[in-house]
Amino acid sequence: MPIKIENLTHVYMKGTTFEHTAIDDVSFELQDGEFVGLIGHTGSGKSTFIQHLNGLLKPSSGKIFIDDVEVGAKGVSMKQVRQKVGLVFQYPEHQLFEETVYKDVAFGPKNLGLSETEVNQRVKDAIELVGLKYESIKDISPFELSGGQKRRVAIAGVLAMQPKVLILDEPTAGLDPKGRDEILAQIKQLHKSKGITVILVSHSMEDIANLVDKVIVMSKGKVIFMDTPRNVFKEVDTLERIGLGAPQITYLTRALRSKGFNISECISVEEAKKELLHLLRGKKHD
Amino acid sequence: MIKNITIGQFIPGDTPIHNIDPRIKILLAMSMITILFFITNFWGYLVYALFVVLIIFLSKVPFKIIARGLRPLLAIIIITIVINMFMTQGERLFSIWRLTITREGLMMAGLMGLRLIFLITGASLLTLTTSPIALTDGIEKLLNPFKKIGIPAHELAMMMTIALRFIPTLLEETDKIMKAQMARGADFETGNLIARAKAMVPLLVPLFISAFRRADELALAMEARCYRGGENRTRMKQLKLTMLDFYSAAAIIVFCAIIIFVR
Repeated sequence: MPIKIENLTHVYMKGTTFEHTAIDDVSFELQDGEFVGLIGHTGSGKSTFIQHLNGLLKPSSGKIFIDDVEVGAKGVSMKQVRQKVGLVFQYPEHQLFEETVYKDVAFGPKNLGLSETEVNQRVKDAIELVGLKYESIKDISPFELSGGQKRRVAIAGVLAMQPKVLILDEPTAGLDPKGRDEILAQIKQLHKSKGITVILVSHSMEDIANLVDKVIVMSKGKVIFMDTPRNVFKEVDTLERIGLGAPQITYLTRALRSKGFNISECISVEEAKKELLHLLRGKKHD
Repeated sequence: MIKNITIGQFIPGDTPIHNIDPRIKILLAMSMITILFFITNFWGYLVYALFVVLIIFLSKVPFKIIARGLRPLLAIIIITIVINMFMTQGERLFSIWRLTITREGLMMAGLMGLRLIFLITGASLLTLTTSPIALTDGIEKLLNPFKKIGIPAHELAMMMTIALRFIPTLLEETDKIMKAQMARGADFETGNLIARAKAMVPLLVPLFISAFRRADELALAMEARCYRGGENRTRMKQLKLTMLDFYSAAAIIVFCAIIIFVR
């Protein structure tokens, strides 16, 4: 299901002294099944942008097409758009409200008007997809869970809608390293097994480098890069100028290069390990 | 979505009205509102209206904003006018069906309507030209003498400050949770009254939880900075009376005298 964005512009508080252009004439296309990273400094328009994809915000001008259907056009059901495009907000656990985990995850599918058995199946699948045990967790109050578990239940609440596009706004913010790795691994697994399009908003350059196929870099409401992580992280100077950066390991390999070592620029630790071993062994043979 | 709430809205400015000491301003506003109840004829209201227009002019608050403040109370004003119009005994002017309109009723309706409008205008002029912090400071100082009879002046003022501080935060939070639930297919806009009330549950539960969490965190942060109530607490901005306060108090006294004279 391709996503097509045409000249999208969003202006907050139009016509007042507080007028502010959050998104400025953005156009691009995404293909089915892509794993896309969206990075940008705070206030670059990322959050505003993703809220347009499922129609929570309406463009000031421009158009968005999901599967050739224009979002927000007359006669297009918002529920259908929101079913297709699942959006997980920052700190999604703040939206939990039901007495049991089961009921909370079932909220989305029930709103879609599905049958009891279908809802049942979807809730079970969604809870298992985020790596929780359905039988032991379904009757627990979501407020008794740990922070990481709460977040998974909240993500399951969106997955139960069975979206074709999943957007996650900093899904790992405020989690410990273990929880973070687990959630990212599950997202990766989900992308692989279900073939859905994933858009990941993140502030961690490492996560972006390790996970995504394509990076979109936003600054002041504009898309300034859209390329593979390797190509994007070559532009370290531009990235730093707009308040971003590259993965730590990229800096390390760059520093080594400037000291005269024959090593190529790396974006992941795995890659750097191979390069370094190669380099060290090469030296021994000399 | 819910950005148009104007309760306690403050329009910053540097006018004589803005700069009156909050203690004095509260007292003056209270006396202006009290004197309103002494007016019994239209001449009094004319003088009153001129004075209010003068204050609005001096404060540079746009008329549009004051009119917007009246809008939510329009229903109450209209009901008051209608009830007074039909329910007052007196000289019969004409009647519609079984309801009779009297000369006295018409007079009474006009007076009551004007009284309500000026009541709201007076109160909103106070909040429009005084920052919430200054207002609570003023209230605290004014309540100070009552501490002796057990009124916790400082605590009340602190509670007001905190409540005002959290209005925008909670509005933002509401907007966020609403969007998160809408992303899961929640529908807040259609359906009958019961369906809509039920639709509020996914919004209200998270909102209450977050409000309690915030309150808890704030209490901890205050305690961590050794907050222990109002005793021996000093202020960064000391309230001081200036000549402006004496002039404005004198103006109000003259004004009240005129009102009592013409009523």
